Amino acid sequence: MIAPFYKFGLFGDNVSLVMAFVIGIGFGFALERAGFGSARKLVAQFYLTDLSVFKVMFSAIVTAMVGLFFLAAFGLVDLSLVYLTPTYLLPQIVGGLILGVGFVVGGYCPGTSCVAAATGKYDGFVFLAGVLAGSFVFAEAFSLVDDFYYATPMGSITLPQQFHMSYGLLVFAVILMAVGGFAGATRLERWMASRKEARA
Amino acid sequence: MSTASQSIKPPQPYANPYLAGIGLGLVLLAAFVIMGRGLGASSAFTAIVTTGVHAVAPAHAQANPYYAEYLGDGTTSPLMDWTVFEVVGVVVGGFLSGTLAGRVRTGVERGPRISNTGRLMYAFVGGGLMGIGARLARGCTSGQALTGGALLNVGSWAFMMCVFAGGYAFAWFMRRQWQ
Repeated sequence: MIAPFYKFGLFGDNVSLVMAFVIGIGFGFALERAGFGSARKLVAQFYLTDLSVFKVMFSAIVTAMVGLFFLAAFGLVDLSLVYLTPTYLLPQIVGGLILGVGFVVGGYCPGTSCVAAATGKYDGFVFLAGVLAGSFVFAEAFSLVDDFYYATPMGSITLPQQFHMSYGLLVFAVILMAVGGFAGATRLERWMASRKEARA
Repeated sequence: MSTASQSIKPPQPYANPYLAGIGLGLVLLAAFVIMGRGLGASSAFTAIVTTGVHAVAPAHAQANPYYAEYLGDGTTSPLMDWTVFEVVGVVVGGFLSGTLAGRVRTGVERGPRISNTGRLMYAFVGGGLMGIGARLARGCTSGQALTGGALLNVGSWAFMMCVFAGGYAFAWFMRRQWQ
């Protein structure tokens, strides 16, 4: 085992902040390349005219998932040291629904709005101000929602653990789902484009 | 239709979504291998809010368990945080990529049937919903959907499906803004 490097003490907290900045540059660069600094490109996902959000997201998930799977299989990464956010099912379901509505209303998510603002979009700046306001409201109202916030705790748990399946099999299932989804997404985009042409 | 101002260099087309996704996945994998954690975004904004509230009303901030978690033992600022530094990197990386591709231009991005003011109002409301939803879900599209998706985290997959469900369910009401 040699990784995660930080967890094995290869560098300290100050260097970890430098790493954060460098990794963030890569993150922002990739988002902008994909066109995710553009609200219209992002929300097109919800009108089925451009399914790039799904395609980019699932290529990224599959890449990182498969990479981590093999690095762990070869004994290079200790998976137990990779932080897994604990699951609180109900608040995460409700939070996800609110986030989805916010996405199609506001046009961005927090990460992509940073890229939008960085490339000159005023709506990106205003969206960021909204995120700050929403975070403030949540924190101020925390005593009203804390029971729900801690409801349905399941601990740090993965899908293979939850469904008693092998890690490799689930990785394979996600790859199949993604590839099938990519093919379906492209067909759907073509169908929407031909429908639009027929109406014009 | 964009009201963006014109620049001399025409903007380059966006990258192939699969290539951009693989690049994004490699960044995420690097975060796992180097740091033992994934990417994030929304918690940086809570760190900023916490810092602001603590500066204005320190006693009020310390009495609130949600701010208290971000304040820690009080020896370091909530801004000396991994996700805060990462988000600063996102801004720099986004600007760099946009500059290289001739895509940095000021303006409001909106559909043809809405005014700039209307669009900005929706952007603020949407951002507000995101801020609330991300706190409730313990992360946003970065920290939950992307990171937890790759780690096969149970809560992250439930969250991700609900983000898509919420977006599709509400898209019809927002069609005038975008189409």
